[in-house]
Formats: sequence, structure tokens, C-alpha cells
Amino acid sequence: MTRQVAREPASQVAAEPLLQLTDVVKHFPLRSSGLLAGKREYLRAVDGVSLEVRRGETLGLVGETGCGKSTLARCITRLYELTSGTVSFGNADISRLSARRLRPYRRKLQMVFQDPYGSLNPRRRVGSIIADPFAANGLAKGAERKRKVQELMELVGLNPEHYNRFPAEFSGGQRQRIGLARALALRPEVVVCDEPVSALDVSIQAQIINLLAELQHKLGLTYIFIAHDLSVVRHASDRIAVMYLGRIVEIADTEDLFIRPRHPYTKALLSAAPTPDPDLVNDAERIVLTGEVPSPVRPPSGCRFHPRCPRAQSRCQVEDPVLDSKNIDESDRAVACHFPLADGESMLPELKEPS
Amino acid sequence: MTLTPPATVEAAAVRVEPAAADTIEGRSPWQLAFVRLRHDRVAVGSSAVICIIVLLAVFAPVVAHLLGHGPNQQFRTTGLSAEGIPVGPGSTFLFGTDDLGRDVLVRVLYGARISLLVGVVASGLAVVLGVIIGLAAGYFSGAVDTVLSRFMDVVLSLPYLIFAIALVSLLGPSLMVSVAVIAFFSWASVGRIVRGQVLSIKEKEFVEAARSVGAGHLRIMFVDILPNVLAPTIVYATMLIPLSIVFESTLSFLGIGVLPPTATWGNMLSESIAYYRVAWWFVAFPGLALLITTMAFNLLGDCVRDAFDPRGNRLFVAVED
Repeated sequence: MTRQVAREPASQVAAEPLLQLTDVVKHFPLRSSGLLAGKREYLRAVDGVSLEVRRGETLGLVGETGCGKSTLARCITRLYELTSGTVSFGNADISRLSARRLRPYRRKLQMVFQDPYGSLNPRRRVGSIIADPFAANGLAKGAERKRKVQELMELVGLNPEHYNRFPAEFSGGQRQRIGLARALALRPEVVVCDEPVSALDVSIQAQIINLLAELQHKLGLTYIFIAHDLSVVRHASDRIAVMYLGRIVEIADTEDLFIRPRHPYTKALLSAAPTPDPDLVNDAERIVLTGEVPSPVRPPSGCRFHPRCPRAQSRCQVEDPVLDSKNIDESDRAVACHFPLADGESMLPELKEPS
Repeated sequence: MTLTPPATVEAAAVRVEPAAADTIEGRSPWQLAFVRLRHDRVAVGSSAVICIIVLLAVFAPVVAHLLGHGPNQQFRTTGLSAEGIPVGPGSTFLFGTDDLGRDVLVRVLYGARISLLVGVVASGLAVVLGVIIGLAAGYFSGAVDTVLSRFMDVVLSLPYLIFAIALVSLLGPSLMVSVAVIAFFSWASVGRIVRGQVLSIKEKEFVEAARSVGAGHLRIMFVDILPNVLAPTIVYATMLIPLSIVFESTLSFLGIGVLPPTATWGNMLSESIAYYRVAWWFVAFPGLALLITTMAFNLLGDCVRDAFDPRGNRLFVAVED
């Protein structure tokens, strides 16, 4: 319900890009195994991602484990240095700024982490953890800092009197609230949520997602919401980007994506999610992908999905499809596929090759 | 465990209630460790022994004054027999005298001053140095780590006694040189421990979180990482104190530490070796002092390690006070 309230301002202010990613690449060098160091190999965690995040929206980012979602999140918040490409905030390119010049942007671009246990320093009191953004930037001293921290704790639904407790004394959901309070301390515009609920119980997940929605409404936040649980993303996002092997394969409005997936991988991913309604289970086409996810060290030629795609044709092996809206004639969505699915089309391979 | 009479329980509950409203305070891992220590008999016993030794060392001049025996004062008539043999324990000399007719008790107490001073100062220096270098090596990794780690390897692989002898012959023996030599040969093992811990801790998400809110390297190293490596460091530091005390005694014993006539346990032991057949007290008392001190510190170190062990007994005991 809270979700509905929050969605309206998002659709009103939409269209203005707040964050722009252009061809973002992050390669991790691998340690050469042999004595004779041959060509150095790289793990291509993120390999050319272009993306636009609009002010006030929630952009969901889904994909299998290891597809580069978290790496992309850390590229956006500059926890990782980009191998190439740019990240622009507003009109400023922040991808090459020095640590000092990055500071003002760090304030506007905060992150909520996946692990509610690992992301809070076990040796520090909660008050001091939430005050960290102030301390690190030399803002709000003494009593004012304490007051602000307690306001933040109240904002995320924590008891401000628990200021002097240690993280170990809180539950997973409460810890995630602490992480959220820390992220909101500097009044950011964008919050990157890296699987903020995947480590929590289902009942607590709902609480945190509703809290996120409420805060978005109250503070006018823009979210990049990473998850691998499709029902969570569907509930939380305005638009969704699907990632596969370091690339975005499809991006569309949430309902468009769920009802009419265009990319075969999106369709396979959606069909893998369990349906809560038993009457619908038999109607849905179950697509079981064969084979393993290829190694991001040596990604397949052409379309990265072609070895596992039931629709793959010879063209897919050589030509890398670009993420584009041209091949589907819908302006507000894009898909990286030579043979995108039409409405309700089955995944079975077709023989007609467009001329 | 004994049951508390109900009356006290009620009284306690009533007293706690109003205070709890604005002072909800978690117990830090330090407090927990301290509470565990306080409930450990060995820890309490060894700390008591250490306290007594410290007090005796501090008040050594008072004891000397009361007895009327200075630490370097020679009693050729009363302190030595006609044949020039040291006098055994008695009413004038409680611990007997040494080969020059000096009071062994007073000299053992004065020796404690040197031993504790060197032990604490050298270990402290070694810990500070080791923590800083270990933090830097672990945190920055790469070239910085390679250089610092290899340097630690070199220090650890030096034959320290031979090197110490060479160093002392170059600089001349003194208290300062002893402290410097001991610290120099001890910091590397602290550095290694810290570096290893830092390597694992810096991968934790809370370090990324600190970076994402704009914390600089120094802040991350000292505010976020250091508190997490302090526990093993403190455990090692408590173990390092007795090692340093023994190290100092070794140097003094070899005549390259603190020079005579200043009383140190090592000096006294080395002077006593010619007399151990005729004057057992001359070797026994400084030896015992060394043994008791190092043992007390070692036992305390063991207890500190247990107290910081997260898998140790959970404490359900209430903290009074």
C-alpha cells in the first residue's frame, strides 16, 4: 500500500536523468597462474553498461549471482575505480574525480549494503556509526551531531535511546535500518541499495521495503535497487534493468517487463521465479536454460547469451547486439537481442530470419 | 549459584527502572572482556601479584631507607664473613648479601624497577611500532606491503643476540640502548599479527561503508580498522612484557645491558654464578623474582586471551556497580 503512495511523485517528475552511465567497464586483473606470464587475463565483471537513472524513480537491477550487479553498484558509488566509461551525476562526470573533489558527490550518492552484519563495525556504538558521515566530513559537532543522529534513528524507525548500543544487540532488520540511517545522514539524492533485503527474513523484508518507499516519498530519493528476488524488485521498482554477464540485456518499465518480456533471458529468468498461485503454475511456460553461465573471464563471442539461448541463430554467434529500442519499436524500453520476443510469443526457436 | 532472596531482586528492579529510560547503554566487547577477567581467579591472582611487584618496585627507596641499606652500599664488615664470603639470610640482611656485601633484598627490589621499566617501555614501543607498520602494510597492500613485510621478515630472521651484542658494542651499553634493542627485535612479530588481521578486516563491508561516506585513509585505518585488531594486539602485548623482561635480563647477564653497579636481575644472576655453591640466596632471590614476574605476566596474558575469545563462556552474570 505504501508503495502506491510513493510511486506517484516518481512518475510525475520522471524523465529528468539524474545519473547517467556511459559504457561503464570494470575489469579485475587476474593473477597469472603459470610461471610464464603470458597474456594477462581479466575478469570482465561489468563490460559496457549504459544506463540512465531518472530523478525520483526506483530503478531495479536484477540478474543471477555473479552477473556484475554489485560491481556496477560499486562503480556508481566510486568504491571501485572504473576501467573505462563515465558516470555522470547531474551534468558532472564524477568517474575520474580525485578523492577530495569527489566528496561533495559522495554526499549526494550513498549506499546501503547487503550484509547487515558485515556493514556495521562491531566495535563501535550505533550512535557513532550513524554519526560517521558527519565525522568523516567534519559536519555537525557535539550535541548537534547527537541530535541529528537521534533524528535519523527516529526517521528509520529505531528507538533513539538505543544510541549507545552495539550492532550485535540488534536484529538483522534493525541493523539494516541502522545502515539506512547512515546512508541518509548526509541527505543524499541517490541511494544505491545493494540487495538490501536479501539477508533478511521475508516478514522483515516487507518492513524494510515499505520503509524505503516511505522515505523515498518523504525525502524525494532516487533509488537504484539491486536484488535477485524478482517479486521484491517488482514490488519496489518503477523500471527494471536485467543484467547478464556484465551487460544489460533489457530495460523497461516494471509491468511491461514482467508481462511482456522481450529478451529471451528475461523471459527465462521470469519463468524461473516461483508462482504463488497454483492455478497459474500450469499455464506458464517453464523455460529451463541449459548449461552453465559462461565464465566472465572469457565471455562468448557475439551475443553473450547465445550458447544458452533457445532462439539463437548463426548471427548471434558473431554479431554483438546493442541495447536499443529500435528493434522493438517501443521508445521507453530497450533490449539487446537480434530476435526479440513479440507479445506472448513462445521461446521455441523460429526459423524465419529477418532479411 | 546461590539464589538471591526475593526482597533484593525487587529492590534492584525498582532502582533500575527510572534510570533505564535515558541511559540504555550496550556493553562493549571491552567491557565484556573486562567482566570475564574479573571473574577469572587466575587473572585476578596474577594481576594482584603484578600489582604487588609494581608497588615493591615503586617503594624500593622507602624499603632501602627503612633498612638503612642503599642498593649499592657495601657492608664489608657486617655483610661479608671473615673469609669474604657473602652472609646468608638473617635479621639484618633478610635475603642475605652478595659478593660485595650488598643487601640482596634491596637490590632485588631495585632490579624490579629496571625490569618493569624495560619490560613495559620496550613492549609499548614495540606494539606502537608494530601496529603502525602492520596497519600500513595490510591496509595499503601492493608495493608498500611488499617493502614493509620483507623488512619485517628481515628483522625476524636476524640472530637477535649476536646482533644485539654487535649493536651494543657499537653504541655502548645503557638502559636506553637495551630498550631500543628489545623494541627493535619485538615489533616485527606484532606487525605481522596486525597485518594479517588488517588484511581480513579491510575486506569487510563496513570499511566500504566508511569509504562511501567519504572517510579518508587515516580515518578508516585508525577509527574503523584499528579497534578491530586491538584485541589480539593486546593479548600479544601482555605476552610481550615477560619476553622483554627476560630479554633485558639476558642482555644484563651477558654484560651488554644495564651496567653494574646498577642492580638488575640479570646483573645479579651473572654476578652470582661464581658463588652459587656457597651462597644459594645470591642466585635464588633474583632468579625467583624473575620467575614470579614473568609467570604472573604470562598467566595474565593467557587470561586476557581467553577473555577476548568470542567463543568463551557467555556471561549471564549481572554487573554490579
